[in-house]
Amino acid sequence: MSFSGSASFAEATRVAIFGGTHGNEMSGVTLVNLWMKNKEEIQRKRVDTEPFITNPRAVEKCTRYVDTDLNRAFTPENLSAPGGDDLPYEVQRAQEINRIFGPKGSPEAYDVIFDLHNTTSNMGCTLILESSKDLFNLQMMNYIKKAIAPASCLVLLNEHPLLKYSTSRSVAKHPVGLEVGPQPQGVLRSNIFEAMRVILKHALDFIELFNEGMEFPPCTVEVFRVLERIDYPRDNNGNIIAMVHPNLQDGDWEPLNPGDPMFQTFDGKTIHYQGSSTVYPTFINEAAYYEKQQAFVTTRRETLVASAIRKA
Amino acid sequence: MQIDAPHHTRDTPRKRDSVVQCSGREVLEGHLMEVDEVMCFPRLSRVAVCGGTHGNELSGVYLVRELLKAEKKVKKKKEEEDEEPVSVQLVLSNPRAMQQCRRYVDTDLNRCFTHAALNGSPSDSDPYEMIRSRELNAMLGPKGSPKAMDLVCDLHNTTANMGLCFIAYSDSDWVCLHLFRHLQRRIPDIPMRYIHFNVARKESYSLDSVGKHGFAMEIGPQPHGVVRSNIYTAMKVGVQHVLEWVHFFNSGTVFEGGLVEVFTMVKHIDYPRDKETHNITAAIHPQLQDRDFCLLRPEDALFQTFSGETLRYKGKEPLYPFFVNECAYYEKGIALSLARKRQVMIPSIRVQTEQEQQANERGFKSEEEE
Repeated sequence: MSFSGSASFAEATRVAIFGGTHGNEMSGVTLVNLWMKNKEEIQRKRVDTEPFITNPRAVEKCTRYVDTDLNRAFTPENLSAPGGDDLPYEVQRAQEINRIFGPKGSPEAYDVIFDLHNTTSNMGCTLILESSKDLFNLQMMNYIKKAIAPASCLVLLNEHPLLKYSTSRSVAKHPVGLEVGPQPQGVLRSNIFEAMRVILKHALDFIELFNEGMEFPPCTVEVFRVLERIDYPRDNNGNIIAMVHPNLQDGDWEPLNPGDPMFQTFDGKTIHYQGSSTVYPTFINEAAYYEKQQAFVTTRRETLVASAIRKA
Repeated sequence: MQIDAPHHTRDTPRKRDSVVQCSGREVLEGHLMEVDEVMCFPRLSRVAVCGGTHGNELSGVYLVRELLKAEKKVKKKKEEEDEEPVSVQLVLSNPRAMQQCRRYVDTDLNRCFTHAALNGSPSDSDPYEMIRSRELNAMLGPKGSPKAMDLVCDLHNTTANMGLCFIAYSDSDWVCLHLFRHLQRRIPDIPMRYIHFNVARKESYSLDSVGKHGFAMEIGPQPHGVVRSNIYTAMKVGVQHVLEWVHFFNSGTVFEGGLVEVFTMVKHIDYPRDKETHNITAAIHPQLQDRDFCLLRPEDALFQTFSGETLRYKGKEPLYPFFVNECAYYEKGIALSLARKRQVMIPSIRVQTEQEQQANERGFKSEEEE
């Protein structure tokens, strides 16, 4: 018998934790290596969690990627591309990961994949959601946020048709991105590492409770929905001519109002935000995004409603 | 102050820019000399400012690029003001690494300036940075010769919370120490320290050792591959004050001596590592993270293992940590460096007058003739 208004899902028994999707984002690399040696911390009675290093060559070189960004590589074209060894390293890896944890979009795909990332931006702990309709994920994120309160963990929703990208985690039925910052690339900060660890503990607790049959009542989840990407001002040769303004630097998740300082040119002039309404910027001054033409993204706050869920 | 006739001191024959002792008294060890003596140095006519020695340390990269853009304007203004303008050579040291936004392509450029590296016989299989160091040595040196730049200022960033640091090989290069003091006074809102690496001059390995005087200006914290506006601005203001000091110095200003606090490097400490994989097994402890230059006492927390255990400092002497959790040093086996704090007495200094300079040169010629 199913409760009215309650959505049911199959037990989430196949779970993976990805580290090293970017080889220089050290919290995930370290946690996954730790758990590959000793799985005790991530074991639950009704959940089988597999820790996995997605980009070992990049991890070995302590670089974001070798040929191309793995976290953009899971496009349908790449996943079905012929060519084997001639393909860029990360495309080969994407196909391999899709074989093991997918295939993407099929019933055989893993239930949940957590993909661990760090950022140079002052984002704190951020969960990344790829679909506003993923009730399972919404309920999990609600659980995590409540479990770590008063510490905060915000939810970034990237459902934007143009800005959404083909992540490693997208192979799973319920992909969860976990981004913790600020941390420089190649550096392991103790506080950042521990914060990520605690979030994963609560995430696995949620899945365990769900698999045991607990019903999670309807809830609301505040999310930040990605609106647009803002690039640095550049000259005709494509060189950056201004930096994130000191007022905006480290101001992730704080309101950016029309007219507020946004960039500062190298000779000290201020460039103001020209948008028509207040936005909430994030991914401010992320190192890896200079080459992706992104100084920060704008978001708007939304409250999503998730109906009750229980296992089928 | 009465200036007696210059009296030549017999410096080591190698040094061409001899120090002229203006008061006529013997030069003693820095900290023993009398405070009213003024030491005189030749003009600093040729200064180099270098960025991008590590291609992903972006404040220096962007600052040198901006200075190159403004170069024409600056030169013209100087020509109008001075009779003999200071020539500022702006250098992007490692263009290939900059292009890839990496620290280096083959090997760390800032370790390629030893005499052995610079004078070894070139080969086709030389790493890119070895080839580049020889080019830079030809441009800014040759190291140890009279043709070398008078002053080399090499710009760096660190992920460590170090504020602005001068890093130099000598604790008796009065030009560098006076420069540091000048910046400290002119920019009081930025924490500033002078770090002394006690490496013998003939074993010096970094770009700044190519000049007759040289230092690295290291500013953090800034992630590699990122430019933070506050860090960039600090570097820009720092360089401006360096060039301003050089201008004052060359114009004859007497810079009064006194005490300067110097941090002398004592040792490094590596991360605890797994015996088989060599991977680190602990991170810098939260109580130490970001606390560069806060005294580390015996038994203070150093590392936190991944299983939560605290590892403590077992040294006997309290020392000052710096380069705490610098990204680039993981591969060099350095989690943090430790320094002793000292007070160094620096003499008053000023530039040699033309008369003194000529007398100096005549003195050298006659020494050579002998």
